[in-house]
Amino acid sequence: MQNRTVYFDNNATTPLHPEVKKTLQEGLEIFGNPSSMHQFGREAREKVEDAREKVASFLGAHAEEILFVGSGSEANNTVLSLLHCDSTTCACSLSGRRDLVTTVIEHPCVLNTARHLGRKNHGVHYLSVDRDGRIDLDDLRRAVTDKVGMVSVMMANNEIGTVQDIKGAARIAHEAGALFHTDAVQAVGKIPVDVRDLDVDFLTLSGHKIYGPKGIGALYVKKGAPYCPLILGGHQEFGRRAGTENSLGIFGLGKAIEMRALEMADEEDRILGLKQTLRDGIERAIPDVLFMGHPVHCLPGTLNVSFAGAEGEAILLYLDLAGIAVSTGSACASGSLDPSHVIMATGVPVENAHGSIRISLGRENTLDDVTYMLEKLPPIIGRIREMSTAYRRR
Amino acid sequence: MAAKWTYSDKVKDHFMNPRNILREGNEVDFHGIGKTGNVKCGDEMMVFIKVDPATQTIAECKWQTYGCASAIASTSMLSEMVIGMKLEEAYKISAKDILTALDGLPDNKVHCSVLGDKALRAAIDDYYRRNGMEDRITTQESKIVCECMQVTDHDIEHAVLEGARSFHELQEMTKIGTGCGECQEQAMAVMSGYIQKHFGL
Repeated sequence: MQNRTVYFDNNATTPLHPEVKKTLQEGLEIFGNPSSMHQFGREAREKVEDAREKVASFLGAHAEEILFVGSGSEANNTVLSLLHCDSTTCACSLSGRRDLVTTVIEHPCVLNTARHLGRKNHGVHYLSVDRDGRIDLDDLRRAVTDKVGMVSVMMANNEIGTVQDIKGAARIAHEAGALFHTDAVQAVGKIPVDVRDLDVDFLTLSGHKIYGPKGIGALYVKKGAPYCPLILGGHQEFGRRAGTENSLGIFGLGKAIEMRALEMADEEDRILGLKQTLRDGIERAIPDVLFMGHPVHCLPGTLNVSFAGAEGEAILLYLDLAGIAVSTGSACASGSLDPSHVIMATGVPVENAHGSIRISLGRENTLDDVTYMLEKLPPIIGRIREMSTAYRRR
Repeated sequence: MAAKWTYSDKVKDHFMNPRNILREGNEVDFHGIGKTGNVKCGDEMMVFIKVDPATQTIAECKWQTYGCASAIASTSMLSEMVIGMKLEEAYKISAKDILTALDGLPDNKVHCSVLGDKALRAAIDDYYRRNGMEDRITTQESKIVCECMQVTDHDIEHAVLEGARSFHELQEMTKIGTGCGECQEQAMAVMSGYIQKHFGL
């Protein structure tokens, strides 16, 4: 097959949907401040509220339960910060329950906020995960003491794709009198998410993971749930998130969600099929591979695999030279020199973390992309293993 | 796409076309074998040398590496540099020499080149040992403090002489404790010993 470029890193970010691109181009003309009363403001306001409506309806929420924020990280920070609001007059009072229960495989924006809470003398309990990356709901039940104000469990993991039983986890949190938050940045738009059915109090999503623009996210806050803004200032977003709205980002997010509502079911089926072909092909062509993530409860497009004796950054860069973009859990590519905390948490040997690559498929991927990958990957692994101290052909 | 590649052209060249890889099965033919790093830490290198006994020069240098692009390129570059070189000269090759030859590596990748020269010295030591020339081994007395990054007390001394005063600075220079991190306490004790010795602080 001819050389081509293949983007297999859709969990990192996604290309804009063509319809979103169109919306953004048109949106460039709408410059009014949505808070202004004149026609320029009203035009922007109308479109912002239209986007809010789309997001809400996609999640099964009411429009006033959706706040637009700058990123998934901001939404997660906002929710976890409710635990250390010490104002006695604040509506977010969690009746003295200051502790947090979360998991060891959360995104760094949750983990680092949790550590920050820990430094401020909040009790923080990290739930471990099994070999497939799932938490044990009995562990959760034991962890939610009467001091716990919030439970935060990510819906789908960005590295291995494992999907948690959020409905079950939320029920346990509520039975014990705690609030429940889920970071659904990787889940929304890929698997069905209904906030009423799941019965969560807070949910985080992000635009750029679902073919929308970067710099825009949304936070679902259940009506009546305690809340306190992280960013103080003007009255925007019902007084819950100050700062002039990123109206262009909001238009884009609204369109991206609208397109997911139309296309998700068919597309994710197709993507799952492509992943299965890819997985089977890898298994057939390359010995000594280990797949990570849950075999069933997994995002349709996420495939995490490690190759004995081959280091992840080397694999990534050889693939890059062949025009294929993936990511790796290797320490060598992390900047921090630590291997992926997610893969380490599943209890596989550290070599597997160093040697893991994440292939994340998206709506633009085709069977030709998969065929090309299956043509390029085996010789690359063979070549790396040939020069490796850590692989002996058996 | 027009974006610049991750590393220098030299690194790219050696990554794409690694020189002097040891194919399997002929390890016994070599006169000295050295190994450094380990797979758990993410980098492992082995260097195999053949020595011309008359001239004491390296006639052949082969290698195997488990590691990232810069680790592969560093070992490949090293193998080219030392062929034809006198043992005593090769013994003195430093990580800096490899870095310079590669037109540099990003700061967080410097430790990859650090491993290469250590594996080479270990191979030369092995040759000396096999040939009754133990007196020429100078790395012998050094003691490994950090297993993951193979940092010895000598490396710590060198870093102190180069200006390291805090554990953070020591880490920047040697990558010590960036694997499992268990050596931190011991490393700090060794470091303050050398600061005391050389600077009396």
